[in-house]
Amino acid sequence: MKYDFLKVPTSLGNHDNNRPGTNHMSNSLSTHRTRRFRWQDRIFRGATRVFAFIVLALLVGILASLIIGSMPAIHKFGFGFLIDDSWNPVTEKFGALVPIYGTLVTSIIALLIGVPLSFGIAVFLTELSPKWLKRPLGIAIELLAGIPSIIYGMWGLFVFAPLFAEHVQPWLIDKLGPLPVLGPLFQGAPMGIGMLTAGLILALMVVPFIASVMRDVFEIVPPLLKESAYGLGATTWEVVWNIVLPYTKIGVVGSIMLGLGRALGETMAITFVIGNAHQLSTSLMMPGNTISSALANEFTEADGKLYTSALIELGLILFFITFVVLALSKLLLLQLGKHEGKKS
Amino acid sequence: MSQSMDHNAKISLRNLNFYYGKSHALKNINLDIPDRQVTAFIGPSGCGKSTLLRTMNRMYDLYPGQRAEGEILLDGQNILEKGADLNKLRARVGMVFQKPTPFPMSIYDNIAFGIKLYESMGRSDMDERVEWALKKAALWNEVKDILNRSGNSLSGGQQQRLCIARGIAVKPEVLLLDEPASALDPISTARIEELIHELKTDYTIAIVTHNMQQAARVSDFTAYMYLGEMIEFGKTDLVFTNPKQKATEDYITGKFG
Repeated sequence: MKYDFLKVPTSLGNHDNNRPGTNHMSNSLSTHRTRRFRWQDRIFRGATRVFAFIVLALLVGILASLIIGSMPAIHKFGFGFLIDDSWNPVTEKFGALVPIYGTLVTSIIALLIGVPLSFGIAVFLTELSPKWLKRPLGIAIELLAGIPSIIYGMWGLFVFAPLFAEHVQPWLIDKLGPLPVLGPLFQGAPMGIGMLTAGLILALMVVPFIASVMRDVFEIVPPLLKESAYGLGATTWEVVWNIVLPYTKIGVVGSIMLGLGRALGETMAITFVIGNAHQLSTSLMMPGNTISSALANEFTEADGKLYTSALIELGLILFFITFVVLALSKLLLLQLGKHEGKKS
Repeated sequence: MSQSMDHNAKISLRNLNFYYGKSHALKNINLDIPDRQVTAFIGPSGCGKSTLLRTMNRMYDLYPGQRAEGEILLDGQNILEKGADLNKLRARVGMVFQKPTPFPMSIYDNIAFGIKLYESMGRSDMDERVEWALKKAALWNEVKDILNRSGNSLSGGQQQRLCIARGIAVKPEVLLLDEPASALDPISTARIEELIHELKTDYTIAIVTHNMQQAARVSDFTAYMYLGEMIEFGKTDLVFTNPKQKATEDYITGKFG
């Protein structure tokens, strides 16, 4: 009786075969079926509800264990943890400022470069590309998204960083270093690795994600809507900027958030190229650290209780940053919605 | 074609052929669309009416593989020539589509969008122009208090009138209407037909319609097309009461199509 519902297809078959002339039979079968389906439906509903609640339970569980794990550090350092740039396992003095700063800076660099690049790719693929190029380019972008991050890290460290140090960084230091406001960001020695390199590698890693989602949402814009804008004499740029983008804004913001989520949490590639130095410097050329790479590097060496706890608190902060980013994106969407005029 | 001679031709099609890739959709069309008159295109589905309309603002250019041969003269200038400025052309030859397509912005901005593309004007001039266009499209009274609402919040008939207002706001010379009332209820349809009647004092209008009564009601000239060919063209009352071609008569009387 336990697996009875598996037999339903058979009874369905019977039902169909017996339809002509055997009404009494099919009647009893159909009530039987109804009962069975009702029972099945209840199980189905219950099961999906359980699955949905598992997600919630997981979220709460992870959050709770992060909070419990970081309690010793929270007690010891309080809010000062967030603005302290020291990190000394020997004296057990910990502060999260350097990894927070590194995480935000590398992610911002990644988005500053990645978003316009992805936007360009998506516009080219949907509006401008000749037909024969569309598929290969689209597939190439999806393949890029599938490359494991450690490969990006290795490539960044062994191929990109030396080239960058030799050809690009000296130029940046030379040309941008002396500038009044931007200058401090580009001073220092051309070492190849550092926050700028990490940000650039991250940009490469988020582009496939952002570009492919943007392309997908651009493609759902009704052709008639675009034609009406072209019909008024608008150029491709004006159509994309004024019609396509507002029409797809939810998807576009979503794609950026997806990229930001990857940038914030990316571990392996960053660990390879950021230098893993617990030092705060204004220059993007200097090595730094991010939350996730600090965690990846140091968990194995964390012997003291406070050390482990400080690392767990870093994880909690990353969790919190992600949450804030999500909330901000919702706010952004609301703000954009206002611009469009009231819905009703 | 002699009937249209007492009016100046705004658009003249000369030996126009159109291809979707390899399929030959318009065959050797010759036609003069008279200035400031309403010309209706009728014919069964797939006969090339919409295609013909889309050649007149070169909308087909957006899609690779579609091409036109021959000449389309707008005020004597061939718009099929290579160097033609498509954006300027489309600002001169406006188009309204089968389904309403409000832009994802406020009612006001829906109208202002097209104007801003080619003219720069102050806020009060813009306000005036938006009001003018909405009044022309007989929509002003319904939306004057809700100009900052989304264009999508309007009803289907209102949206279509918004699209017409948007089309005339840029002051084009020609208005192409591709079955503008096919998705609307009878009341909205009547409104749009009235509107077409009023607009023809200022604009040359070409309208594609499946509805023969509508063609008879709104147009001065009618073209009957079949399988990509222009079968008959003439004054609407003549085409409907005394068609020269048997095929036209069959279509109009409902024996075919």
